[in-house]
Amino acid sequence: MSPLFLFLSFVALLSALGVVLAKNPVHSVLFLILTFFTLSGHYLLLNAQFLAAVNIIVYAGAIMVLFLFVIMFLNLNEETEPHKPALAKFAAAIAGGSLLLILVAAMRNVNPVGYDPTSFDSQIGMVDRLGLVLFQQYALPFELASILLLAAMVGSVMLGKRETGERNF
Amino acid sequence: MESLSKRAKVLTKKPMTLAERAYLPAIFQGLSITMQHFFRAATKKQVTIRYPEETRPFSPVFRGLHVLKRDEAGRERCTACGLCAVACPAEAITMVAGERKKGEENLYREEKYAVSYEINMLRCIFCGLCEEACPKAAVYLQADKMAPPRFERDEFIYGKDRLVEPVTPDNRSKRGIQLTPEQADKLRSQLA
Amino acid sequence: MDFPPLAWQGLVVLVVFGVSLLIATYSTYAERVIAAFLQDRVGPDRAGPFGLLQPLADAVKLFTKEEFFPAGANRALFVFGPCLAMVTALMSSAVIPFGNVLQFGETAIHLQGIEINVGMLYVFGMVSLGVYGIMIGGWASNNKFSLLGAIRAASQNISYEIAMGLALIAVLMMSGTLSLREITFQQVSDAPFVWQDIFNWNVMKQPLGFIIFIVCAFAETNRTPFDLPECETELIGGYHTEYSSMKMGLYLFAEYINVFVASAVMSVLYFGGFNFPFQAELRNWLVSSQGLELVTAQNIITILGLVGLFAKIFSFIFFFMWVRWTLPRFRYDQLMRLGWTILIPLAIFNIMLTGGLITFGVIK
Ligand code: SF4
Ligand code: SF4
Repeated sequence: MSPLFLFLSFVALLSALGVVLAKNPVHSVLFLILTFFTLSGHYLLLNAQFLAAVNIIVYAGAIMVLFLFVIMFLNLNEETEPHKPALAKFAAAIAGGSLLLILVAAMRNVNPVGYDPTSFDSQIGMVDRLGLVLFQQYALPFELASILLLAAMVGSVMLGKRETGERNF
Repeated sequence: MESLSKRAKVLTKKPMTLAERAYLPAIFQGLSITMQHFFRAATKKQVTIRYPEETRPFSPVFRGLHVLKRDEAGRERCTACGLCAVACPAEAITMVAGERKKGEENLYREEKYAVSYEINMLRCIFCGLCEEACPKAAVYLQADKMAPPRFERDEFIYGKDRLVEPVTPDNRSKRGIQLTPEQADKLRSQLA
Repeated sequence: MDFPPLAWQGLVVLVVFGVSLLIATYSTYAERVIAAFLQDRVGPDRAGPFGLLQPLADAVKLFTKEEFFPAGANRALFVFGPCLAMVTALMSSAVIPFGNVLQFGETAIHLQGIEINVGMLYVFGMVSLGVYGIMIGGWASNNKFSLLGAIRAASQNISYEIAMGLALIAVLMMSGTLSLREITFQQVSDAPFVWQDIFNWNVMKQPLGFIIFIVCAFAETNRTPFDLPECETELIGGYHTEYSSMKMGLYLFAEYINVFVASAVMSVLYFGGFNFPFQAELRNWLVSSQGLELVTAQNIITILGLVGLFAKIFSFIFFFMWVRWTLPRFRYDQLMRLGWTILIPLAIFNIMLTGGLITFGVIK
């Protein structure tokens, strides 16, 4: 375990805790972004540059900005936070606890094999390898997903289009 | 209705042509215009006037800093009648009148004169009404001098020491009233 | 000279940061001089010869101004915002390949901060993070106009990122790589035809893509005609309404660094990077008739290429400023309409066109 890995994990756990514990929702979002960053760092350590970059662009760069939008507009802060009834807290604790339980149960039997220097392929996370896999093995799902996204984009363009006769300015 | 100036244009809102809608031709047109200006500025003279070194000529009707004139014999013209203070819309002028003593005839033209005469340049709007009001042709707004900026407010209250026209042309220049050499010569010959 | 190569690369990164900062500093000066010239004026000419010390004077001014914190502002984030804007802007300059390799005996110095094979995505990631600097700054000011300005800026950046990415995809379809260095190398040609080098630049194969890209670059760097995030006159400033002193300066600086990086990326992607016409001929001539060693000749070519790349970058920066002082600002709905209903369909069309042309072997 390299010191870099330890450091990244430490920051990742700390900021993940920050997401939950921060009183101010905006701080929570910012902590979440930091968590994404450290995850990208982990991807980099695993030599998956493409994944790291895409993680930052898509999650930290686009999705979290929308989160931030909404939260900033809602203007939530400590004072206006509604007081949750005890029942909700109880339910949340149970749900979280069972998730933890499932995770622990699932992880229990995993024994990390470490890597085998002879068969280890350092290029496995590179973008061209990923592309080959995506376009050969998973060509159909990939194309379907891209058509879905394209349709969504065309839809948003259509929504933004002026209708005939409509003139706002 | 017949238009008065015959310059009115009928505005037609034609649908834009493709070139206009593409927007890029218009952008390049604009860019070429600014580029012409760029080269003009780089090669020919710019319109900038580099102020402390270069100055622009004042308009002949410019109303600048006040001066209290003397007559041909070097006596102060002002008789402290207060008409300028009454005329002043900004209430910038205050004065104290005094009686001329014996032996002061060479100093003051009239029997009554202004012991103190102050103009607050922060209040003054340089409208020139004081000049219009003065029956003795005593107060004038110079066409070539401005009230300079200063750091303290009380420095803007100009008393007689700074308002009254100095006796000799050399004194004038010492007091910072800018006179061109021709003006100074002319004044000297007048005084002589 | 027994530096490990990594240390050299670290040094290069530092130099790149320094150069970016320097260029950003002098961009402020250039902006004012160019603005002046385009308006038949003189521009700053008092501080030092030709006013060259003006940036220094500006820096002194910014540093000595009052550090102002609005009431109720989130202090930590208020400071963090401009820093983040600055850092992300600087970081994106690290992957730009400024030049080929300089060979000194055993040590080879790559004139590029870090070479990663997803360089383009890295730049993109950094650009999309730049939004946070603006958002955080705008929110932490505790001013609803700042917040609205920040939202305005962020939606603009996100919208134009899409069109930009789509324009870029067409280039990537031809190059087949995300590495900026590889893309640069692909734009050389060793054909004997004189202007072949220039015809091999991507801009020749992707004119439409380039136009889309440059328009998006204007929007991404918040430059006129898309400088709505900071329009003082009609929308109450923007995310930096409450900022003063050096924190304000950092935002302005980040914008200029972004302009520099955008210019560099455009030069690399579309204008051949550090390649210049006749470089192969020049190298051969240096070797054959001047009797230089191949390594020395290559080093000379590298340095000339560096100069050439900077010439391209500076012309782009000039173009940014030229446009700024020519075009008025777009209205916000016009901006969004341009991005979503014109540029994105155009970019998708461009992708299809490129795909078709590649399939039929017209371009490679
Ligand atoms: S110029 Fe006008 S404002 Fe100034 S002192 Fe004379 S009357 Fe008053
Ligand atoms: S300056 Fe003229 S108007 Fe004013 S008090 Fe003197 S004489 Fe009267």
